[in-house]
Amino acid sequence: MAEIAYWEAIRRAHDEELAHDRMVIAMGEDIGVAGGTYKATSGLYQKYGADRIIDTPISENSYTGIGIGASMAGMRPIIEIMSINFALLALDTLINAAAKIRYMSGGRVSCPIVMRTPGGTAHQLAAQHSARLARMFMSTPGLRVVTPRGPLDAYGMLKSAVRCNDPVIIIEHESMYNMRGEVPDTETFRPLEGAEIVRVGTDITLIGYNYSVHLCLAAADKLAAMGLSAEVLDLRALRPIDRDTIRRSVEKTHKVVIAEEDEAAVGVGSEIISVITEECFFALDAQPVRVHAADVPVPYNRQLEKAAIPNADDVLAAALKVLGRV
Amino acid sequence: MNASDQKRLLREMIFYRRFEERSFEAYMERKIGGFLHLYSGQEAVATGVLETARCGHDYVITGYRDHVHAIKAGAPAREVMAELYGKETGSSRGRGGSMHIFDPTVNFMGGYALVGQPFPLAAGLALACKHKGTDQIAICFLGDGANNQGTFHETMNMASVWKLPVLFVCENNLYAIGTRIDRSTAVTDQYKRVCAYNIPASQHDGQDIDVVMTAASDAIAHVRAGRGPYFIEFMTYRQRGHSMSDSNAYRSKEEERKWLERDPIKIYGDRLKKAKVLTDKDIAAMEKSVLDEIENDIVRFAEDSPEPRVEDLNKYCLDDQSDPRWIGPLVQGEQHG
Ligand SMILES: Cc1ncc(C[n+]2csc(CCOP(=O)(O)OP(=O)(O)O)c2C)c(N)n1
Ligand SMILES: [Mg+2]
Repeated sequence: MAEIAYWEAIRRAHDEELAHDRMVIAMGEDIGVAGGTYKATSGLYQKYGADRIIDTPISENSYTGIGIGASMAGMRPIIEIMSINFALLALDTLINAAAKIRYMSGGRVSCPIVMRTPGGTAHQLAAQHSARLARMFMSTPGLRVVTPRGPLDAYGMLKSAVRCNDPVIIIEHESMYNMRGEVPDTETFRPLEGAEIVRVGTDITLIGYNYSVHLCLAAADKLAAMGLSAEVLDLRALRPIDRDTIRRSVEKTHKVVIAEEDEAAVGVGSEIISVITEECFFALDAQPVRVHAADVPVPYNRQLEKAAIPNADDVLAAALKVLGRV
Repeated sequence: MNASDQKRLLREMIFYRRFEERSFEAYMERKIGGFLHLYSGQEAVATGVLETARCGHDYVITGYRDHVHAIKAGAPAREVMAELYGKETGSSRGRGGSMHIFDPTVNFMGGYALVGQPFPLAAGLALACKHKGTDQIAICFLGDGANNQGTFHETMNMASVWKLPVLFVCENNLYAIGTRIDRSTAVTDQYKRVCAYNIPASQHDGQDIDVVMTAASDAIAHVRAGRGPYFIEFMTYRQRGHSMSDSNAYRSKEEERKWLERDPIKIYGDRLKKAKVLTDKDIAAMEKSVLDEIENDIVRFAEDSPEPRVEDLNKYCLDDQSDPRWIGPLVQGEQHG
């Protein structure tokens, strides 16, 4: 068991899957000779060559489409999009093609692509580099959407995504690539479905995904110092949602906060609250609260940006409100 | 080409025409729903190009005007008709309809509604062929209107840079729905547009199947030899409206008449008669046998086939047989922090 960085975990998954199956290729802007914006493919160009680590021109929609076409003929492309903001250009091939081809061919053609992209705010990148957009993909039937919160899932979910026959969107985070965590030395697969109880507690459930799990964990520490026991649940997959694990946790704690880095409207939090309402409405002792970004394009100014994006104290404040401590 | 192949080709084109006209009738009887885009008038292009390709081996992909391409590529005509009827026995199990015919058993990789979307998909199929090192190629049929999409330019560029084995077939029928090409497109000769991407290209008569076959076999030889993509443009004309609700009000009767004289079936039939390959009587017999086949086999099969079961609504959204190693269930407590 070694402690490695998130980017190294992704790199290792690429390396193992490329070695395992010649049909696996990686494609994206600057991933080859330049080694990748987040180093997630560094050294692989030298190892696997230009035919398998493909530097693409800046044509998101069409290089994604090329990956999809290749996957229809048996290849397993891992497509990197430099930022989820740029994935908007690839929505036609992702949503109109990859997500629908299996269904509209009556199950006869599949598109086993993986699309990886960072989808979070970093530091003062301003509105056009700070969109999150997970909610857009999670509402699309025919896709799988996963949000690894640390190196183990970043590694093991990418490996599963490559093997799985469905199109999988992996949402990473600009601020997490250097985050470290333990990953077994032996080959490991992490399932693409299933929410995970990251911290067991009894008084309240804090639900997050990707980066916001860490906000929930930090808030749980502070709650513990106040003698309050928070359970932290990592959704892990935004599509499909693990309704059972959410229900079981809420039936235990009876109180919920959902933390998302995205804006609230038509989002992860609203979806989870709907799930809770449908699954276990009468288990609730207090109304659920969402912690989310301000309803504005993300500003450049440091103070304004900070105010726009939720942090651990916001999660703590919401938890105290739900717990009736304020 | 020997006489029996010539007769077969003529019969194929007559069959495709009747298939389209018969589906028009079924649409009027409300047995077919949705959008229905007919290929009548353009038969020589798909028939001629795919006659020179290796169907079942090469990949074929196109837009929504896809019935004839699918059948010529090898999809059973019965299943294509059943798909138009939305039946479980259809090419796409009734889930796709007219615009989304798929038959991967013959490498027909679909019809797509999004104008221009098949460009990158075709290049991707070609990338796979190249990667596997087979002598397969991908053939992408699209209309003139599709060339105004970004995917056209993006894909031409990548196909050229990566020397992909893909043949782009532009079926220039002069219109994108009701907009004539010179009103939407700065350079109306489509083959000229790809010189910016260093792709060899040419333009030909799309109404004469002999011309189509000669031009296509050269283009296919180029692509199959590993010399990179080729763009081939055929001038053609659809005899019917864009889709069912189209009155063709934007076209002059004079223009329509002029193109009707260049009907691909008539051109080829006249040539074969002149060469004494067959007589008027033979053609009449051919038409009758096509009519019988379409009525008694193709349409009968579609009509008699079952509908998909409503219980199967959610089938085919994701892989129904996913390996639990990849998707779960998750064992709690394996990971910390
Ligand atoms: C992305 C997109 N935009 C618009 C449409 C509506 N539309 C369907 S077919 C068509 C015209 C396409 O013309 P062309 O490519 O020349 O093909 P043709 O119908 O002539 O065969 C349009 C605008 C669409 N289906 N997809
Ligand atoms: Mg056209």
